[in-house]
Amino acid sequence: MNSKLKRYLILFFSTFKISAFTFGGGFVIIPLMRKQFVHKLKWIDDDEMLDLAAIAQSSPGAIAVNASILVGYKAAGVPGAIISILATIIPPFIIISIISGFYIAFRDNKYVSLIMEGMLVAVAAVLADLVISMAWDILKKRRAVEIAMLILSFILLEFFNLNIILLIFIAGFIGFMDYKVAKRRQNGLS
Amino acid sequence: MVYLELIWSFIQIGLFSIGGGYAAMPLIQHQACEVHNWLSMEEFGDILTISEMTPGPITINSATFVGIQVAGIPGALCATIGCIIPSSIIVTILAFIYYRFKGLNSVQSVLKGLRPAVIAMIATAWISIMRMAFFPEGAKQIDLVSITLFLLAFITLKKWKINPIFVMLASGLINLLIGVI
Repeated sequence: MNSKLKRYLILFFSTFKISAFTFGGGFVIIPLMRKQFVHKLKWIDDDEMLDLAAIAQSSPGAIAVNASILVGYKAAGVPGAIISILATIIPPFIIISIISGFYIAFRDNKYVSLIMEGMLVAVAAVLADLVISMAWDILKKRRAVEIAMLILSFILLEFFNLNIILLIFIAGFIGFMDYKVAKRRQNGLS
Repeated sequence: MVYLELIWSFIQIGLFSIGGGYAAMPLIQHQACEVHNWLSMEEFGDILTISEMTPGPITINSATFVGIQVAGIPGALCATIGCIIPSSIIVTILAFIYYRFKGLNSVQSVLKGLRPAVIAMIATAWISIMRMAFFPEGAKQIDLVSITLFLLAFITLKKWKINPIFVMLASGLINLLIGVI
């Protein structure tokens, strides 16, 4: 019981802290979660983190909330999911409730925007670190299919505005076909 | 009943916004400015700006904000709860399915196919944040301070594996100090 309660508390405060620092859109939560849940707590592994990101992205609602639900579920089942939902929505709820009283002043404040600009630059660095290390993991495996998919997906998203849900379907299908072909080849050899 | 209206509007927003905050914005605008007369277009623009400036998921930020404008703190509570009801149910079910079946070879193969695509998605999110950070509205030239901060943050993260949250806070404070001086 005691260790269960401890796990709930760790989950709550980890998610709370992460939500309070997610600037600039849902995907920023992925490097923060990776640091906390993959590297520090070791509750999930690197591949799992990417799977959870894919599910969070292709489900309805805020990506950050969805990702928290998934991590919470892995950590402690349905109670874990509920705990992380609460921990994700409390920080923005408090912050927005306070700011809403004087939001015009907040928006136009020179010091606030200086801090925000500085933090956004760091967010860019955090994402750069994540993208480079994850892309490197793919390149290291030297599998042509995966490398080609990484490059093609990027080009299609960045330059042709491909719909993300469509990309997820195509990528999943290619992964499945890749497996089928490999299996058939193996059966043919034996 | 404004509270029920808030919950119902935000359930629809939560259910139909796939792909995060920027997918939710037109839906929020439709509900708050067109279906109900909760906000003017100008107020909606302000809400968008504040939601981007403040931490937390953009959809949750704007739900809280719209709720407060319409019916105070109870209104904010209703809007936020409405917003998360669909994803709470759907994503918990998906989590169950994922952990139940992820061991299967065929499921593994689909997930393996998704990973490079997800990295590409995060890469595009990164590029748009780089654009926002280095070329803020109207800026034509890259700011030297931003570049230096970016490199410092990147090296710190890579070399000493410091918690990204501390790096973000430090970067914000350094930028403030430089700006004031």
